[in-house]
Amino acid sequence: MISTLKQVALLLRITNSQDIMRRYFVVNGFDGALTMLGIIVGFSLGSTTSLTVTINACVGAAIALAISGLSSAYISEHAELKRTLVELENIMLVNMENTAHGQAARWVPIFVALVNGLAPLVISLLIIAPLWLADAGFSLIFPPLLMASIIAMTLIFFLGIFLGHVSGVSWLISGLRTLLISLVTIFLIYLFSKN
Amino acid sequence: MVRVKRLVLDILKPHQPNALEFCQVLASVGEDYHVTLTVIEMDEETATTEVVIEANHIDFDAICAAITSVSGSVHSIDFVEVQNDTQQK
Repeated sequence: MISTLKQVALLLRITNSQDIMRRYFVVNGFDGALTMLGIIVGFSLGSTTSLTVTINACVGAAIALAISGLSSAYISEHAELKRTLVELENIMLVNMENTAHGQAARWVPIFVALVNGLAPLVISLLIIAPLWLADAGFSLIFPPLLMASIIAMTLIFFLGIFLGHVSGVSWLISGLRTLLISLVTIFLIYLFSKN
Repeated sequence: MVRVKRLVLDILKPHQPNALEFCQVLASVGEDYHVTLTVIEMDEETATTEVVIEANHIDFDAICAAITSVSGSVHSIDFVEVQNDTQQK
């Protein structure tokens, strides 16, 4: 198990993929959170929409984001790493299929795709959780749509903190900046939606 | 028994894995393996290196497999020290 993890770490290191994965996690996680927030705020403006319709819309969007993230990242990373491998083979004048770089060209696109696909899915499922709980009959301290919006904004704030940690700037400023983006999104939805 | 005790190899390797990781993988082939790597020449994508491996009994095939696994390519065997421990009758 440890040797497998070490090998995975080596493959990520030789392809410099940690940075790409971190970027994909934030970008697509942010996409997922903001999309869910948009759908939930949009539905909360209409007073007659059932919770089931809201849940279905959110789950549909979450799955679409996940599949989009998985497929787009896999296709692009596979092409990039394959090109890098061929260039290296031309320089080294050997077949490198059985080397660390050959393994990386096969496996790293899968790891990157998983991060890119699972980030919006997991974040979306966390945001949808209060809707499911309310639909299942659990009583919540806030209305389910408000609760889901609070979770979405909290996760967006945490993604901002994570970005602040990565870039070495103040976590509070970075968190508040992403939170401000979500507030602007809500404002625009209110501005352009029909009540 | 004929034992290989010292090898000097001319190896072309990509910049990644770096020299430290490269040597650690080679040294992990056997418990008493002692590996020294010297960079002879650096290109844009690769480095030509001289790798010295010392051990009580070097498994050359295992070393070659380890070098391949970390994307290295053996260009030549530049020095060999071999010892025969078999007692003459």
